[in-house]
Amino acid sequence: MKQQQFIEHHRSVWEALRQTLDELEKPPRRRDGSDLERLPELYRRVCADLALAKERRYSSGLVDELHDLAMRGHSVLYRRKSLWWWRVAIFIWVVFPSTLRKNARLFWLATALFYLPALALGGLCYHNNDFIYTVMSPHQVAQMEYMYDPGNSKLGRSEARESSTDFEMFGYYIWNNIGIGFRTFASGIFFGIGTLLALLFNGVTIGAVAGHLTELGFVGTFWPFVAGHSAFELTAICISGTAGLMLARALLVPGRRTRGEALRVEAAAAVQLIMGAALLLLVAAFIEAFWSADGAVRPVLKFAVAALLWLSVVLYLSLAGRGRDAA
Amino acid sequence: MLNAPLDTVYTFETPEGVDLGLRIAGPVPRALAWAIDAAIRYAVVFALSLAIFSLAKLGFGIFLVVLFLLEWLYPVFFEVTRGATPGKKALGLVVLHDNGTPVGWTASLIRNLLRVVDFFPVLYATGLASVLINRQFKRLGDLAAGTLVVYADQGRTSVAPQAAEALPLPVAVSVDEQRALLDFAERSSALAPARVAELAQILTGENGAQAVHMVHGYACWLARGR
Repeated sequence: MKQQQFIEHHRSVWEALRQTLDELEKPPRRRDGSDLERLPELYRRVCADLALAKERRYSSGLVDELHDLAMRGHSVLYRRKSLWWWRVAIFIWVVFPSTLRKNARLFWLATALFYLPALALGGLCYHNNDFIYTVMSPHQVAQMEYMYDPGNSKLGRSEARESSTDFEMFGYYIWNNIGIGFRTFASGIFFGIGTLLALLFNGVTIGAVAGHLTELGFVGTFWPFVAGHSAFELTAICISGTAGLMLARALLVPGRRTRGEALRVEAAAAVQLIMGAALLLLVAAFIEAFWSADGAVRPVLKFAVAALLWLSVVLYLSLAGRGRDAA
Repeated sequence: MLNAPLDTVYTFETPEGVDLGLRIAGPVPRALAWAIDAAIRYAVVFALSLAIFSLAKLGFGIFLVVLFLLEWLYPVFFEVTRGATPGKKALGLVVLHDNGTPVGWTASLIRNLLRVVDFFPVLYATGLASVLINRQFKRLGDLAAGTLVVYADQGRTSVAPQAAEALPLPVAVSVDEQRALLDFAERSSALAPARVAELAQILTGENGAQAVHMVHGYACWLARGR
């Protein structure tokens, strides 16, 4: 068949597909309700025409036209759409906790990499007043001591601190903490070195600060402040680390896959964890800004709430969506 | 294929059994697209900082939340809802999965969270190295997410060859040569007349307009027969 005849013979199908695609590429509420059911049939016919046009060496212009039409059809037919709120619910209840449980060994590794240096530095700084200067500059130490000094009431909302400051800090925690979580994850692609350093560094700093302030006797200001959001924040750091270590595992021990293939598979699972960690950090930022900072609440109540929050995080991560893991 | 052309077209097979080709975008258009996006982001940050200056501390909280969203999720939002960020749109680029389907949340999140390691240590040095090593111009984020940045070839239409009297070919030609003749007829309107004449002269040995007329005749013969 000559090209011209071929075009005349099939042009109507191509035009029909073009119109259907024009319609389907609009957002659903702006469609005029014309017949869209024919998409798969029209698309397959254009694919067949494209294959024929290529095989018969028809002109590039014609092949390109059919190619672009097939490409548009492919994009529309194979795009994935589902109810976003349902996906969010499934993610929170099933996908995130079950992905974490599947990678429990890496989670415990990340947890150890974070808490062991924290405990070690905490102990050292508690027993030796000057040890903190080995990991922090004197300026930082002075700033941190000033922040938690029971002698100033900056922490408490009661007088010096207004609720607008709470919101300012909320924004800061979002920007800073979730950013740290994301970087901890991403730097795992450098064979895990970035994630490793991030976990160790955070563990060392947090442990040193906690040990030093306890030794100074700032127990009444420091611990009630951090107890509440620590359940979410510290767990989220460990989970970000887990996600980063998953990237490293794909590159270091790909198993019976190429490194590229292993990386794609692991990254798809790891991104679920980092999104979950971001959600936990969002909750942590909320608690830290609006609850932890409230100086009017008695420390006993703060510790009670903190215990409850820790319990709920542990229960959520270990039990939520159990039995639906395969879904 | 013998003598495969040196090209950046990446082909994948659809479930319908046809090969679709994607033209992969190289580092230069992608860098320009990034620069446009960066300009947009800075403009938003600047405008916002003026607008909320009066709100003091509450405003600063909002400012930081917006800064976070712009820094991490701006590309994700546009890639998933529009196929590409405004910068990429301006350069005619689009982000797709390796199998040619539009990019989804998971892949877009992976490639944009890993942007920070591609940026490492300065100005996308790691990403550039990865793009130059990789056959499909993938930065680390693209490798992990399984995504491609390609030119959005949409809606090219064939041009009818210039009407001419069909002229039988004096010699037998191969299918690829037939295709070259058809392409010449289709594209001659986009070329300089002198160049068209020059090419036709090489083929026919005739001069100027006469040569062009002959080649168009051959093309018509191939396209619609007698």
